[in-house]
Amino acid sequence: MSVLDFLSQTLRIAVPFLLAAAGGVLSERAGLIALGLEGYMLGGAFCAAAVSFASGSPWLGVSAALVGGAVLALVYAVGTIRFRGDQVVIGIAINLLAVGLTRFFLRLFFGSSSNSPRVPGFGGTGTGFLALAYNPLVWIGVIVLPTLGWILYRTPFGLRVRAVGEHPAAAASVGVPVTRVRYIAVAFSGMLAALGGAYLALDQHQFTDGMTAGRGFIALAATIFGRWNPKGAGLACLLFAAAETLQIRLQGTHAIPSQFVEMIPYVLTIVALAGVVGRSVPPAALGKPSTE
Amino acid sequence: MSDAIRLAGIEKSFGAVRANRGADLQVARGEVHALVGENGAGKSTLMRILSGLYPADAGIIEVDGRDVTGWSTSDAIAAGVGMVHQHFMLVPTLTVAENVMLGSEITKGPVLDRAAAEQRVRDLGARTGLVVAPDRLVADLSVGEAQRVEILKTLYRGARILILDEPTAVLSPPEVQELWNVLRALRAEGGTVVLITHKLDEVIEVSDTITVMRQGATVARIPREGATPQSIARAMVGRDVVLARDFEFSGTSAGRGVASTPLLNVQNLLVSGARRTAVVDRVNFSVAPGEILGVAGVEGNGQTELIEAIAGLREAEGSISLGGLDLRPLDVRHRGDAGLSHIPEDRHERGLVLDYSIADNLILGQQHRFTSGVTIDVARVLAHAEERIRAYDIRPADPATPARSLSGGNQQKIVVAREMARDFKVLLASQPTRGVDVGAIELIHARLREARDQGKAILLVSADLAEVLALADRVAVMYGGRFVALLLRAEATPELLGQFMTGAEHAA
Amino acid sequence: MNRRTLEESLLPPVVALLLAAVVGDVLILSFGQSPGAVYRLLLEGTWGNAYGFGQVLYKATTLTFTGLAVGLGLRAGLFNIGAESQVAAGGFVAAVAGMLLPAGIPALLCLPLFVLAAALGGGIVGAVPGVLKAKFGAHEVIVTIMLNFIVLALLNYLTSAKVHVPDTLHTPELKSGALFRLSDVIPAFHGSAANATILLAVIAAAVFGWYLFRTRRGFELRAVGLQPRAAENAGVHVGGVVWRALTVSGAIAGIGGLNYVLGYKHYYEEGFASGAGYLGIAVALVGRNHPLGIVVAALLFATLSQGGLVVNALVPKQMIDVLQAVVILAVATSVPEVRRMLRTSRRTAAT
Repeated sequence: MSVLDFLSQTLRIAVPFLLAAAGGVLSERAGLIALGLEGYMLGGAFCAAAVSFASGSPWLGVSAALVGGAVLALVYAVGTIRFRGDQVVIGIAINLLAVGLTRFFLRLFFGSSSNSPRVPGFGGTGTGFLALAYNPLVWIGVIVLPTLGWILYRTPFGLRVRAVGEHPAAAASVGVPVTRVRYIAVAFSGMLAALGGAYLALDQHQFTDGMTAGRGFIALAATIFGRWNPKGAGLACLLFAAAETLQIRLQGTHAIPSQFVEMIPYVLTIVALAGVVGRSVPPAALGKPSTE
Repeated sequence: MSDAIRLAGIEKSFGAVRANRGADLQVARGEVHALVGENGAGKSTLMRILSGLYPADAGIIEVDGRDVTGWSTSDAIAAGVGMVHQHFMLVPTLTVAENVMLGSEITKGPVLDRAAAEQRVRDLGARTGLVVAPDRLVADLSVGEAQRVEILKTLYRGARILILDEPTAVLSPPEVQELWNVLRALRAEGGTVVLITHKLDEVIEVSDTITVMRQGATVARIPREGATPQSIARAMVGRDVVLARDFEFSGTSAGRGVASTPLLNVQNLLVSGARRTAVVDRVNFSVAPGEILGVAGVEGNGQTELIEAIAGLREAEGSISLGGLDLRPLDVRHRGDAGLSHIPEDRHERGLVLDYSIADNLILGQQHRFTSGVTIDVARVLAHAEERIRAYDIRPADPATPARSLSGGNQQKIVVAREMARDFKVLLASQPTRGVDVGAIELIHARLREARDQGKAILLVSADLAEVLALADRVAVMYGGRFVALLLRAEATPELLGQFMTGAEHAA
Repeated sequence: MNRRTLEESLLPPVVALLLAAVVGDVLILSFGQSPGAVYRLLLEGTWGNAYGFGQVLYKATTLTFTGLAVGLGLRAGLFNIGAESQVAAGGFVAAVAGMLLPAGIPALLCLPLFVLAAALGGGIVGAVPGVLKAKFGAHEVIVTIMLNFIVLALLNYLTSAKVHVPDTLHTPELKSGALFRLSDVIPAFHGSAANATILLAVIAAAVFGWYLFRTRRGFELRAVGLQPRAAENAGVHVGGVVWRALTVSGAIAGIGGLNYVLGYKHYYEEGFASGAGYLGIAVALVGRNHPLGIVVAALLFATLSQGGLVVNALVPKQMIDVLQAVVILAVATSVPEVRRMLRTSRRTAAT
């Protein structure tokens, strides 16, 4: 019973990580640093809450999150691909923009600077697997990384994404539309991360200011710790979610200060980057403007 | 029957540089056609225009009798024109089959049909002799194998006209022979091949017709029958310029061939490259005061690594000493202080900080000698700059101008002026006149000779054989990381050196 | 600085401000207010009275430090995203040092000690990505981001478990060393947080410029940032410059923590400079990594932050968050574009 509880809670925490990390893997494999995941998530969470509130339909909320995430991601794509701006700076700006816009619209629509009213979510009450099973976003979260793996390694589009992130000039020389592949990859990364945000808002039945609370960065950590492939990223998400579950379970017991458990994803990522246990090698063209 | 390729009056400029000036080319179907010329003669540009990578500024392009002027790479690929670039366009993290089909993928429903792609690669290999295991990662291939993949890529896309840009620059002699066999097989099937090269033995060995380019223009079209290396060479360099420079050189320098105590002594130098291969393979030599030792060889045979190892920029084993002082434990700066000066081969990467002013670039590497306390002494930097600018006629003469905005010749003059101003005993001069104008070449050569006559020891590396012959007192030939020959200038004929450069170990 | 680089430096921020103004108009109109009235109020409430101006100066002080920190990294070709946690670490270590000092020591006497403590706190946080980059090639952007979360969690633990005043989230007050407020000298600043740390910021900017453009180390650091391979050829140890630059960058950000701890509240409180590290990136970017530019840009972003509070009666102050993001986006996208445009126009002019 307790083990089952632990697993279901882990899954519940992992879903937004899995969705956003899928976006992270896709974007970075195409050569664009996924620093904006946090912003896409936050934007997605707000759009989902606002439209779900206005329409009464969580499905419409999810659709709005997809649009919101795609719009933010396209701002990033235009800035970095069309204008060749610095990916790090623009990624950070996207996060600040998302914070600003969600706060502004929170005031504009709901007259509050902290949270939205209660919004309809997907059915299912309680905490167990049964409750989770009612939520279609959980199912999407479970299949998203395997699906991404299938796309990356089995389809022509995936082959092109991998080529574009590794050696764009070579891809361009055989007629692969490098720019278009990158736009598509970034737009989908925004939508995937926004789904993660929508899950948070609909699960908690409201939007609260800054509700993503660094989950986009944990997803980025999972992308890197998982060595830029869907399987690794998925396992990293589950590991990080399990750590967070453990932290919640241990709260009040003073066994380990919760702050140290919080650090786990970030410490592991730094360790992986430093190559202490097998070096993580990023896609070769990551962060570089396309040469086209 | 129309020609496979006809180019007429092609013009192409990059900024102020005219890469092609009225170039013409006619290639018949089913022939191997060599396009020869010195570095920078405009061969690659012309072929990139043919393959749709650059648009021409003026001129007509016809393929199979059809006017295709202004087409794109994908048009060219669709029309059966494929180009294999000097720098491979392969994605190292993908397999051979994935690289081959990238951009024109074989699918089964929505999914890549890997098996079919691998079969295609095997079939093409069986037909042409280009054998590579289709499921291997490109990162694991040797250079020769990677080149086979490049050719397979073009054949997979149905190329009937194949353009190869300096294909042998990176190959070992047996690999070169295999490549010739492949090209002959393609010709036998009716394919057309254009081979860009500056190596005359290749021209004679495989091509049916030869077009010579010089300074952006096509200057001669010679059928192979009756062509001699001399006649081609003469057309390549223009009979006066370089050959005259050779004869003008009548060495009377102090150290020529004389066994005095060497200033630079290199023993058993070993530089390891990727995959545990030796890039510089136990090289021994010394350079005496008042002597220029020229290192000739096709690029990529270890010259870069040799120079960098001596300069302290690269890990190496063996011994390097300067006037008896062991340089191995010293870093770059202390080797400089010990009397080593270095003109690096790539001024844009290593030689200059392009956004720094001329004055700042003139102290680069010596910045610790232009300080008062912890600050840089601006007045001394400026005085130094003005003196150097005058001595080397660097233009514009304004010390505050960023190096980036200077011409290649003036940029190189900054590097040479700086390195000559050091208090040095040994100079490493790597490609000292690459990509610079004739005036700058003359000035730089004169200064190198002056330094030699003042008793400096100079190690000169150049891909330009004429330059080596014009300056060196002794000539070494580097091939496959080794010195395969070490000759006195008087013994070194272009023909003999050419044989050594192509790896013919028993030529002498 | 010649005309070309001046054009290259000034055009992007100008474009960015214009774009931000347009976006601001749209947001203001969407809230049913008049842009003219809002902008007027914003200016009056910041530069129009001494209290508002004092607040701008206070905010600009922290931003100058984080801007200089990011700018130093960028000059060496390194992206320090860690200023956010480095300010906090610097403030925390200084606050702890202040707890341990005996009471009654003159402020001027213990100032060097506080600067050292704050620099140490920020410097250690900066040294981690520096050493990891120099030794293992670990990308400093990711390491500094991850380190922000780690350090903030660690400080949270230390504050809440070890040194906080019961029922608060802050440390005890300093026993000695509090700096004077500007209002102690000029009474008109009364109530504003501006304090003597601003003098430290000015000194830091001057030293930054002197170090970069006058010293040999600065010459070498800029060479590494522009062309590491050329710097290596010039006898510079690139790895050494990398870890030193990131360490010093962290130290500068750490000293920025004094603005709050030494000058304003006299204790460390969680989140006291939240956002200052990220805005420091914007400040360095708009200021083009030049000390004077950084000071001006710090004033600009401080004005926006303070202005947001002033106009909150008419439009949500959150509008300013949006505008700051728009400025960063516009500068980041227009810098390469402007450079290309100017290069092309010069080329056509030359022929």
